[in-house]
Amino acid sequence: MKSCIQATYLMSKQLDTQLTLLEKMSLRMHLFMCGNCNLCNDQLTTMHDLCSQRITDIHLKGRDKE
Amino acid sequence: MASINDYTQQLAELRPKLVTFTMLQIPDRNYAEDLVQDSIIAAIESIDKYEGKAAFETWVYSILKYKLIDYIRHKKREQERFVSDENDVDIDSFFNNKAHWNVDDTPQQWHNPEELHLRTHFWEVFDFCLLHLPSSTARVFALRELMEMETEEICDSLGISEQNCWTILHRARLKLRSCLERGWFLKTGESA
Repeated sequence: MKSCIQATYLMSKQLDTQLTLLEKMSLRMHLFMCGNCNLCNDQLTTMHDLCSQRITDIHLKGRDKE
Repeated sequence: MASINDYTQQLAELRPKLVTFTMLQIPDRNYAEDLVQDSIIAAIESIDKYEGKAAFETWVYSILKYKLIDYIRHKKREQERFVSDENDVDIDSFFNNKAHWNVDDTPQQWHNPEELHLRTHFWEVFDFCLLHLPSSTARVFALRELMEMETEEICDSLGISEQNCWTILHRARLKLRSCLERGWFLKTGESA
């Protein structure tokens, strides 16, 4: 896979579903060569992890006030 | 043990946040406020079921979450067509004609918000970015990432294909990434 836009599609998709073997391999190959996409991949994962923490944060903030 | 008055007070304070959260799913403010009102009434009515194990806010959010999911499933039965927004700046603009990152849009190093007070500010920027996405894109993203629904169920309730769902999420994530980077990550990096 040559294009960054396609790579970002697969990065996003892997947060929602299991990639096929071919998709996994082409993403890995691309990430191996492309620093920008590597960074983007980390950031999309960070966003995903932060979102799952949202409700906990609301709770923690509420507790802080008490 | 908190009294019913304490809880009512907490609910009143929580209300605006509940409305904002709901409006990510239901852009119509009147509907959103009705749903929040329903959830607050449900919380008051079942206050004796609140065992104090979870934080009160978390408990109220979970009631709202069920009401929202219910609402979305109901909507499906009404067969309202989900229209995907295409008419805004597309993610293609982040890439050049060879589909590589444009110089101005290349991802920068982020300083992740490890501490709660930083995350509180982060969420304000995040909501701003989310509300600036086209509404149908924001809706799919919120269902997936904030309500933690599976894409299969999202597609089913909105009447779109899973392929379409992944495309919308791809677009949403890249736009949010860019907005968060400009609005939060680079700014906190400067001040650090």
